[in-house]
Formats: sequence, C-alpha cells, structure tokens
Amino acid sequence: MTDITSRPPLLEVRDLAVEFADADSVVHAVNGVSYTLREGETLGIVGESGSGKSVHVLAMLRLIPMPPGRLAGGQVLFEGRDLLTLSDPELRKIRGGSIGFVFQDPMSSLNPSMTVGRQIMEPLMLHLGMGAEAARKRAIELMDMVRLPDAARRIDQYPHEFSGGQRQRIMIAIGLSCRPKLLIADEATTALDVTVQADVIELVKELKREIGMAVIWITHDLGVVAGIADTVQVMYAGRVMERGPVDDVFRDPRSAYTLGLLRSLPDLTAPAGQRRRLTQIDGAPPDMRFPPPGDPFAPRNRYATPRCLTERPPLEQAPGAAPGHLAAAWYDLPSVLAAEALS
Amino acid sequence: MSVLSTPAPAPSAAARERSPFEEALRRLVRRRGAMIGLAVVVFFIAIAVFAPYVAPYDPTATSWLAVRKPPTWEHPFGTDEVGRDVLSRVIYGARASLSAGLVSVALAVAIGLPLGMIAGYAGGFIEAALMRLTDAMLAIPFLILAIALAAFLGPTLTNAMIAIGLSATTIFIRLTRAQVQSVKVEEYVEAARAAGATPLRIVLRHILPNILPAILVQATLTIAAAIIAEASLSFLGLGQQPPDPSWGSMLNTAKNFLSQAPWMAIWPGLSIFLAVLSFNLLGDGLRDALDPRHRN
Repeated sequence: MTDITSRPPLLEVRDLAVEFADADSVVHAVNGVSYTLREGETLGIVGESGSGKSVHVLAMLRLIPMPPGRLAGGQVLFEGRDLLTLSDPELRKIRGGSIGFVFQDPMSSLNPSMTVGRQIMEPLMLHLGMGAEAARKRAIELMDMVRLPDAARRIDQYPHEFSGGQRQRIMIAIGLSCRPKLLIADEATTALDVTVQADVIELVKELKREIGMAVIWITHDLGVVAGIADTVQVMYAGRVMERGPVDDVFRDPRSAYTLGLLRSLPDLTAPAGQRRRLTQIDGAPPDMRFPPPGDPFAPRNRYATPRCLTERPPLEQAPGAAPGHLAAAWYDLPSVLAAEALS
Repeated sequence: MSVLSTPAPAPSAAARERSPFEEALRRLVRRRGAMIGLAVVVFFIAIAVFAPYVAPYDPTATSWLAVRKPPTWEHPFGTDEVGRDVLSRVIYGARASLSAGLVSVALAVAIGLPLGMIAGYAGGFIEAALMRLTDAMLAIPFLILAIALAAFLGPTLTNAMIAIGLSATTIFIRLTRAQVQSVKVEEYVEAARAAGATPLRIVLRHILPNILPAILVQATLTIAAAIIAEASLSFLGLGQQPPDPSWGSMLNTAKNFLSQAPWMAIWPGLSIFLAVLSFNLLGDGLRDALDPRHRN
C-alpha cells in the first residue's frame, strides 16, 4: 500500500469548474472540484441527478457539448499532463486509449448499424494500430473476457441481438479494449436489473485485479459504491461534500447530506419490527443558475448553523475521522447527532 | 460467481445473424404496394435500357402516309402528327424521363448530403449560412425554381437534369442536417467520441449509416417529383428537344390535337402517371420498412 501512495497520482483534478450558458443565464454545474486518484484505486462518486458527477468526468475529457458548455477553470492532470489544454489529436489518443469509458445506457450506447465486433475493434485499430485480423482476434478474446458466450460466432451480430446485460458487457469490453489505466463508468449498471448489476460489478472487480487499472464509478446507488469502491466521494450542487474511505464514510458520515442519503436506504439487516422508517431529504437542490453563497446543502439541512448559510465551508480532514476522510461542513455532525439523541 | 457464465436468453432464431438492412428488406418484400411499385419501376427501366430492341419503329422516323392514325395492330398506340409511331416514342421517352429522375436526384444527393452533414455536425456559422441559403431557395416553389434555372442554362435535357437536381438539393440539405442533429446526440456517438474517434470517422462510420434510410426514402420520392418536373420542363420546351421523344414534349404536341387524336396524349400521360405512382408506392413502402415506428 505504501509504495502505491508514494507514487505520483494517476489523476489529479484541481479546482475544476464547468458552466453551461444560454442567452440569459449561466448554470454553474461544477464548482471547484478537486481530488486525486492513485493508480489502481477505485473511486465511487455518488450524488443525485444534477450534482455534477457525470458532467465533471465528461468535462475532464472535453466530451461535453461546447457551447453551451464551458470549462470555467481548473486543471485535470492525467499522468502529469493537463487534459483541458491538450491538443485535440493528443486528447483523442487518451480517450478510449489510456482512459476507457463505459456509458450509462447499454441500449443506446452501441451503434445499431454496426456489428458489435466492429465496435470493439474500432478502438483497437484506432489506438493500438492493429490490423483488422489482429483486432478481430483480440475482440473475440475481449468478449470471452467479459464472459459473453460463443464469442467467435456472436462477434458478427448486431446490438439488437443482445440482451441489456450482454450489451453492457460489450460496452465494458470496448472500455477495456486498450487496457486503460483508468476506466470511467458513468452509471454503468443503472439500467440493469439487480442480478445482472451484481454480475457486472463482480466482473469489473475481477478485471480490475487482472489489469490493475484505476476506476471511477459514478452512480447514485450507495449499495453499488459499497460493493466496488475503495474511496467514496459524495457530490452535491457541483461540489464535493465529503470524501473518504468507503467504510469510514458510511459508518461515520460527517456531512448532513451523506447522512441523509444513508438514512434514505432501507436497512434489511435489522430484525423485523425494529426497522426504522425511511427518511427523506426535504426540499429540492438549489437552482444552479444562482448558487447559494454558503454551504449549498444548508437550506435543506436541519443541522445547519447560521454560518452555513453565508460562508462556504472548505473540504477538510474531518476531526476524529480516519485519515483521508474529508468533509465540507461547519457543523460537527457526530456531536450534533449525539446531542439530538440525548434530547 | 457462477452466475457470470450463465448465458442470457438467446434472441429468437428468426432474428439471428441478420443485419438491420436484411430486416428492412424482409419487411419491404411483405408490402404488396411497394412490390407492385418496384415491379413497374423495373419494367420501365428495362424498356428504357432495351429501347432499341423493344421499340417496333425508329421513334423519329416520320411517315406522311400514317399521320395521326388511331391505334391499329400495325401501330398499337397510334401515330402522331408527322406519322411517328407513338409506342416507339413512349418507349424511347422512358429514357429521358427515368434518366432525368435518377440523374437529377443523384446530383441533389451528391451535393445535399455532404452539405447537410457539415451543417448538422459542425453547427455554428457554417450551419447558419447554409440554412439561410436553403431557406431562400425553399421560398421559391420547386418547379418554378427548376424552370428558372433551366431557362437560364438553356434548353437541353442535360440542363433540365441539372436544373431539377439543383432545385431538389435543398430538400436533401435540410433532411440530412435534421437527421444528423438527431443522431449526433445519440449515446453511441458520444461513446465513439469517448473512444477517441476523429470527427470525420464519427460522421462517416457512426452517423452516415444511421441516416441513410431516411435519405433513401426521400430520394425515391424525389425521383417521382423529378420525373414530373422533367415532363413539365419538356412540355414547356425547356427539356428534351424535338425530334427526340420525351413524355413531356409528347404531351406538349398532343395538346394541339386532343379532340382529333387523343391517343397522342393518353399514352405518354399514362406513362408519367404510372412511373410517378410506382416510385411513390416504392418510396412509401421503403419508409414503412425502414422506419422503426412502423415495424410490426
């Protein structure tokens, strides 16, 4: 573990900000997101729709439509090079090469008019300079690797001839085809039913052990994060609210938003009759055309202090939590909760 | 995880190993109207190609002994005002009509498709400029524009084809642009970008194949319109020049003898009607076969 931490980070995001502008307003989708990812680390990013979790990874590879999108600031250092200022040809080498992408919807992320084989072969020929024959052989191996049965025959079939779970495996095969150092999975299992979802997660974990890549797994499902990630990062209103080792964050949340997310999950381990009622997070996320001046979650947070409404808390090591467990909060959640339990 | 190796439910045997193109073809074959249209189109193409072998007479040979004769066994479609065989002229006239339909639409697609793809994919200033230009051209009715262009270029069949082709280009620019705009936001296009594909590759490999069905349908329907346009131009004397036959120019002459020799008008008129109807039937059938919403 020590030799991993001493190496320079694979990915370093510094103060990334993304805006979407139309004629009369600007939506501040991502507001100063910073984090690092070590080689081989799995980072789970959770947050609700509109929290900026998908947009910020798309923006890292300049995949958001520009305009209306705009990179309003920051740096994204991948192996020391800033992806935001790289030339288009250089960036294209990284897209699908050292950074693989798996998209949300397996039903619409494959080209319906191309055989799956040709779609898996495309990055191989593009990035590794393989000839058609070598790429085809490798594509069959990749289909075997993601456990699609009868790959040699099915390689010439079209996407509509595969089920949702199978298509997601094809997407993963495409994402992994060039042995990326980083795989970004954007809601990769959201469209799948739970058993298939479990299969895919297990598959990614296995492949991760084999290839040794780092993974950014974006989801709104805390259960998935618990199953796959080393580190979890909770995002809200285009900001990182809390970040740390999965176990520590889930056991000892320091942001009221994380707590709200955890409390909205049913606890099926508690004996029947003692299960608590599910709680909801009241209110709605802020209108990101007018980001609130303080803690963006403060208006929905019953533990918020007056300071939360006016001043933005920095993302800092949470006192008394495991090292690397950071939170952006003016209040000390454990003591607030303890006081609440007493009263 | 033994679950991992469990094969997911296999697709039905009927859907196996068949490309989307073959699927569409199967649906097309099941449509009677489209098949009748296709048969008539093929028939017209055949007589146009093999005109010298199927026409009983030279279409330009005159005979003062057989002026405006009604249909007989010798001249099944009758003869015209200078004694030419109407059947032979209708057969040779198919060459002018069909080639005008096909060539002008090919020209329109050849210009409209690339421009539409550029406008749809690039957006911005290029798109705005191209679209204002097509708006301006679309403000002028198709036939009027073709007549104006043909008059400007000079009265020959080739110029008529160019005029019709240019007038029809705007339709393809607009259609292609709209199609590209709807396909380029599909997730698989984003996935291709995330896989590092160049813009050219995305347009040619990922977008073009998915918009071709719509272009094909529009092209088939536009051929029908182009045949009418060619007939109109020839009727006005701006297309095929005498003595070479064209259905439109035959109608032009025939209009002077409608009461004395109606057969001179009936056969070329019927031919135009049948050719246009068949291309429309074929186009409608293609649209239904290729449009996912019409799939059964």
